[in-house]
Amino acid sequence: MPLKNKDLLSIEDLDREAIEHIITTAESFKEVSTRDIKKVPALRGKTIINLFYEPSTRTRTSFELAGKRLSADVLNMSVSTSSVVKGETLLDTAKNIEAMNSDIIILRHPMSGAPAILASALKSSVINAGDGAHEHPTQALLDLLTIKEHLGATDGLKVAIVGDISHSRVARSNILCLKKMGAEVRVCGPATLIPKGIEDMGAEVYYRSDDALKGVDVIMMLRIQMERQGKGLFPGVREYARLFGLNHERVKLAKEGVLIMHPGPINRGVEISPEVADGPYSVILEQVTNGVAVRMAVLFLLSEGRA
Amino acid sequence: MSKVKARIMNREAIERALVRIAHEILERNKGTNDLALVGIRTGGVELARRLAENIKKIEGVDVPMGALDVTMYRDDLTRRKKHLPLGKTDINFPVDETKIVLVDDVLFTGRTIRAALGGLMDLGRPQHIQLAVLIDRGHKELPITADYVGKNVPTSRKEAVKVVLAEGGGEDEVLILAEEDGE
Amino acid sequence: MALLIQNGRVIDPARGLDEVMDILVEDGRITGSGKLSKPNKAEVVDATGKLVVPGLIDMHCHLREPGFEYKEDIRSGTLAASAGGFTTVCCMPNTKPVNDNRSVTEYIIKEAVRHGYCRVVPIGAITKGSEGLELSEMGDLSEAGCPAFSDDGRPVANAEVMRRALEYAKTFGLTIISHCEDTALSAGGVMNEGTVSTRLGLKGIPAAAEEVMVARDIALARLTGGRLHIAHVSTEGSVSLIRQAKRDGIGVTAETCPHYFSLTDERLMGYNTLFKVNPPLRTARDVEAVIEGLTDGTIDVIATDHAPHAASEKEVEFDLAPFGISGFETALALSLQLAHNNRLSLMDLLAKLTVNPAHALGMEPPSLNDGAAADITIIDPELVRTFEASSMLSKGKNTAFAGFTLKGWPVATVIGGRVCTTPGR
Repeated sequence: MPLKNKDLLSIEDLDREAIEHIITTAESFKEVSTRDIKKVPALRGKTIINLFYEPSTRTRTSFELAGKRLSADVLNMSVSTSSVVKGETLLDTAKNIEAMNSDIIILRHPMSGAPAILASALKSSVINAGDGAHEHPTQALLDLLTIKEHLGATDGLKVAIVGDISHSRVARSNILCLKKMGAEVRVCGPATLIPKGIEDMGAEVYYRSDDALKGVDVIMMLRIQMERQGKGLFPGVREYARLFGLNHERVKLAKEGVLIMHPGPINRGVEISPEVADGPYSVILEQVTNGVAVRMAVLFLLSEGRA
Repeated sequence: MSKVKARIMNREAIERALVRIAHEILERNKGTNDLALVGIRTGGVELARRLAENIKKIEGVDVPMGALDVTMYRDDLTRRKKHLPLGKTDINFPVDETKIVLVDDVLFTGRTIRAALGGLMDLGRPQHIQLAVLIDRGHKELPITADYVGKNVPTSRKEAVKVVLAEGGGEDEVLILAEEDGE
Repeated sequence: MALLIQNGRVIDPARGLDEVMDILVEDGRITGSGKLSKPNKAEVVDATGKLVVPGLIDMHCHLREPGFEYKEDIRSGTLAASAGGFTTVCCMPNTKPVNDNRSVTEYIIKEAVRHGYCRVVPIGAITKGSEGLELSEMGDLSEAGCPAFSDDGRPVANAEVMRRALEYAKTFGLTIISHCEDTALSAGGVMNEGTVSTRLGLKGIPAAAEEVMVARDIALARLTGGRLHIAHVSTEGSVSLIRQAKRDGIGVTAETCPHYFSLTDERLMGYNTLFKVNPPLRTARDVEAVIEGLTDGTIDVIATDHAPHAASEKEVEFDLAPFGISGFETALALSLQLAHNNRLSLMDLLAKLTVNPAHALGMEPPSLNDGAAADITIIDPELVRTFEASSMLSKGKNTAFAGFTLKGWPVATVIGGRVCTTPGR
């Protein structure tokens, strides 16, 4: 089996071979979404639960479509804060779901490490759809698929990730994934948003975006997360946009044919200017398309051999 | 490792069978109008190519050709122990109203063909679907028969049939092997 | 009935004594030592091959009673402490209600006499409710039995209040035990800030959060001349600051806990809440600095900071789990590893668990001299055992050391002449 564990919790757990396999599988599933009948019976009769403790339309819809296109029964559970207030623990909620014979549980949770709790306690496969600031593995995989489709090989590729690195699970998963695939990763932001020890994960730290973007093949912009961070990490949106926002001039510093990526949703005019977001180098919408394909591949591969 | 028990077709035998099948296809379908060949991955793709070549030699027409990956349509995803890599489905012509000949190397239980029918019909509504196989080895589990057969070979369940087709010619052969490898 | 402890290796840090000899106990006091013959009616304990030392003192623990008896109470806590080789424990005042007044102190002492398995000395709160605003009635608390004060669990955030606390306590010659944590720097943090916390995506508590306040309290001790004791030292920076303060002649003592010289923050990979503690587990460099601090005397005391919790409280998302390690039952064995690894002599090590905590609290230093109270701990230094949570006597099974194989465990304690064989031996 290419995916050794029953769960997909982190890029940390995948080796290069497994990552490449998921990408190849995703390429096949991409074709299904272009047909008139966007469905294959591969996961017919399987029960997939989206258990989201954090609001998210994009990721949840993407997983839902992925499951449905594989003919699975997909249920969405948005856990409102009232369930938490009522005192039901994460583990109890998940055990209740498993008692209804779920096959796969997809968890998004505001606290790092939450999916690991479920994975060790449940028989169902658990997919991490984002836990706190820890990881968002399917995002990194769909980003990788997008890069591969445009630029081919990843070894030696220069990728810059710009934004609130310290609170970003997308940044962490991407750093791990790109490093495993042989790329060079730069992180850039004000020092207050760069976490201690990020160099030990393999990323080069830049505080000035004009330096970080020089000659890169891929630019990944992160959303400035107003709701997640505490106050005082940077003086305000205006200063941030001026120093780190991706505009036309900054794009010119990168290589010809650079890919502009963003996990969404975009704050137009803050971390990225509208003309760059909608411009010829932007592959932001392709990322969304690839998201469904990658998630189909992950659901498919996790189900293989597991009755 | 599987032991070779017998070699039931050599290169010439395969060539002759494929010429005959090409003629039969043209006869049954009264020519190449609306005709298309779809090879089932992976064993049927090269066969479909050779059939298309033969048809070209006979009628002078390039019949459209595609490849169908049925892994997503199989009914044994959670049960099977071996990993089957996913290939791409590559059909660039409209399936609607086309007379499709599905091509595979070995017809065994019929489940692969059933999956292929599902996959094909998700892509459109063919005029009809016929099936061409190089070897029919018996042990049907579903009511599926081939319209065109290269050779009927009675086998036991424990045996395996291996079709070797070197893409540029070379040592083509059909072998019967001692161990059942599973479908 | 008299008690004769025969043929043990007697180590008495108060006198620097290390010799094989017998010890005679009568009416709760030590009445003789040396090569003794068995008196007529006496209980005999054969201590051949064992260490016989003054009863160990834990100057920092949480017994949770009154108010949090579901986590631990005085009975179960002292039972666990006794199993850990302790004859005296000092419990912190962060109970419910907070021990900031005489009646709570008297309650604790009375409960301990009634149900306790070892002596309990309460530490009073520095401020009322440990709110960090108004000083508690230290004089009254001291008369009730508190030898020192702490708001442990929280720092005294306001420097002016801490200054006044040090000065006021000086009136009575009493010690202020400081939990050094700048809560603005540590806010929201759940583990050490560093490479591991970044990898795990968890908010970190920087070493500076501890060091900033260690520096502050040392400056205040210098200003006031008060007696300062720094609780649970965990970082390299803190050790340096304390070392310098001692060189400068400031009246400061310091303690650390076994987890700070045995574990690093790497343990947190995997999000195991049993390693979630405050101050947090730090880096290998900090661990080495703490051990150095123990070796050169910068750190005077080893205390447990025993912090029991109910199992269900720890079985939640990492961010939500309470801080704390249940430490009574492994403290001695972990400390002995320092001697086994030649980082510390047995004499020095045992001093950190006996005379030094007594000194820090202004209490009579324990000894095995004639006339001393018969509080004795007997240790088997060669006993090898793998520690399991299922064998724990504390209500709090939240040990960080499940599965650890350690050499050197307590086998019995004597309190006021009464022998208590360690349960399970």
